[in-house]
Amino acid sequence: MTEALLVKEAGAVQAAPASGARSFWRRLRTQRAALAAAVVVALLVLVALAAPLLTALAGQDPNAYHPEAVDSAAGGVPLGSFGGIGAEHWLGVEPGTGRDLFARIVYGARVSLGVALFATVVQLALGVTLGLAAALGNRWVDQAISRFTDVVVALPLMVMALALLAIVPQSVPRPVLIAVVVGLVGWSGTSKVVRAQALALKSLDHVAAARLSGWSTWRIARRELLPSLAAPVITYGALLVPANISVEAALSFLGIGIKPPTPSWGQMITEADTWYATAPTYLLIPASLLFVTVLSLTVLGEGVRVALDPRAESRLKVGAAKARMRKRSSR
Amino acid sequence: MTGFLLRRVGGALFVLFALSVLVYAVFYVAPGDVARIACGPRCSTAQIDQVSAQLRLDDPVYAQYWHFLQGIVAGRDYSTGTEIAHCGAPCLGFSYQSDQQVTELILAKLPVTASLVTGAFVLWIIIGVGTGVLSVWRRGRLSERVLTWLTLAGTATPVFVIGLLLIIVFCSTLAWLPFPQYVPLTEDPEQWMWNLLLPWFALALLESAKYARLTRSSMLETLAEDHVRTFRAFGVSERAILGRHALRGAVAPVIALSALDFGTMFGGAVLTESLFGIPGLARELVEAVRTVDLPVVVGLVLVIGFFVVLANTVADVLYAVADRRVVLA
Repeated sequence: MTEALLVKEAGAVQAAPASGARSFWRRLRTQRAALAAAVVVALLVLVALAAPLLTALAGQDPNAYHPEAVDSAAGGVPLGSFGGIGAEHWLGVEPGTGRDLFARIVYGARVSLGVALFATVVQLALGVTLGLAAALGNRWVDQAISRFTDVVVALPLMVMALALLAIVPQSVPRPVLIAVVVGLVGWSGTSKVVRAQALALKSLDHVAAARLSGWSTWRIARRELLPSLAAPVITYGALLVPANISVEAALSFLGIGIKPPTPSWGQMITEADTWYATAPTYLLIPASLLFVTVLSLTVLGEGVRVALDPRAESRLKVGAAKARMRKRSSR
Repeated sequence: MTGFLLRRVGGALFVLFALSVLVYAVFYVAPGDVARIACGPRCSTAQIDQVSAQLRLDDPVYAQYWHFLQGIVAGRDYSTGTEIAHCGAPCLGFSYQSDQQVTELILAKLPVTASLVTGAFVLWIIIGVGTGVLSVWRRGRLSERVLTWLTLAGTATPVFVIGLLLIIVFCSTLAWLPFPQYVPLTEDPEQWMWNLLLPWFALALLESAKYARLTRSSMLETLAEDHVRTFRAFGVSERAILGRHALRGAVAPVIALSALDFGTMFGGAVLTESLFGIPGLARELVEAVRTVDLPVVVGLVLVIGFFVVLANTVADVLYAVADRRVVLA
């Protein structure tokens, strides 16, 4: 009932035939918004990967203090217009400390994307394993896993993350810890989707044929179920990434995520709270980047969903035909 | 229906029990010197010994848990050093750091969170369903695309960003509203409303995006069905088709999802409460986690979990009631 609703909300596709990478790209390309989003995401990933290179290019260090760039008499307001934006500091400086904002933003992208991707991998691995086990195991295994999933659902992600972060020793690197915590708490959706899909697939002829020829459960799962589960899992995962970025930013915003001096967008937004009157760019830059990142990842995720959804084929065709007609008439 | 209800309630009770075991294990067994952590950093050795005795930390783990469970069901007595305090039936323990019973502490915060969630709930249903209906009504036009992008932007905006922007614009730049500062409803209803207006909107604007999408997709699904085509053929007006028939398709999912969200929001409004300084359940939890006040953390996680389980159950039942096609399993 509500599980079906959650699955629908998540936008999971029906059991789709594995349609190959080439047709996936073809279908993704026809969606202009998704394509634009993909370009933005690619740029962000590039920036995150090349963070040391970019900061070296700018001649800045994310953790170096520049007291000369702020007006200490005025309480640490950045000197110059727009938060000190100029040739020296490309995006201005952090109020108070004068640390270079460009370097911190670029390294923040690294933290943000890295944590979100790692957490998604953990969520998908746990969700697929447990969901498949529930669907393929006997009644008791299914009951045990499904009840356990219910318990984890009842633990709000933020609540559990908050609590677990408090009791794990501080010596564990924070970004890794946060990714693992978010992963450990947030797999329940994936597991529900995978279980529902696998149960539907189980009744199909090719799976029955495999079972009749004496294949082991493990082999059936790997050879007959996983290929067909790829589409819903990729779809779900694509929408988990932006959600995880928001969670990391939120945890850091609350002061229990990434610890200073490691830069994080969420953390910058918290600190900017006290400076918005005198240095609004310090708030606007990380906030708008966070917005753009989550938005483009969401749009890309929607695009992936449509590209993997067999029922969306006709809609895409109509769209492509319309575009062709427009082109022809403009000629 | 009765059997279905009983099974759902039984399942909910089991989930709550398992939740309490899990939470107890995570917080009372894992971290090591529980008495020292629960008591707080300023405790003397004698006080720590006393806490240790009260939590029965020398007993085996299952006995400790049994004791904890007994407190929830039947209540228990606490010695606060000078006197013996009785902690009534749903006893969730005693916060040694704030020198207060956890149940009382939570009961004091509950109306605050309830004020926030209820107000936001009304707003997000109105805005969300309204936007969804509007975008179906205007489908194929420019305004539909604008609405679709707006809702997409809504799902992509973190609540603390929109909240900060609302505060900056309305409290600072325009100065139309006071900086939010929670005033209890019983004290001054008018001030209560003015101070909660921004948090309500911050929470509702983003939440409503989800409802707009759900309303829209459910309505479009109904519109594609055969009986709607028949209505069209009989000349039923578009207004009647949308309002009377397509909207009906959205009722069950919207009701179920809103029951789910309403319950989840009791512990889920962490960011809104922190940002606007609303002293509710979620903010208390953040504080308790920061100060590692174990009894409060465990009590709050359990209470918040209770709301989530309750919401899940209610959502299931409402969905079955609102959509007669659902097979009760």
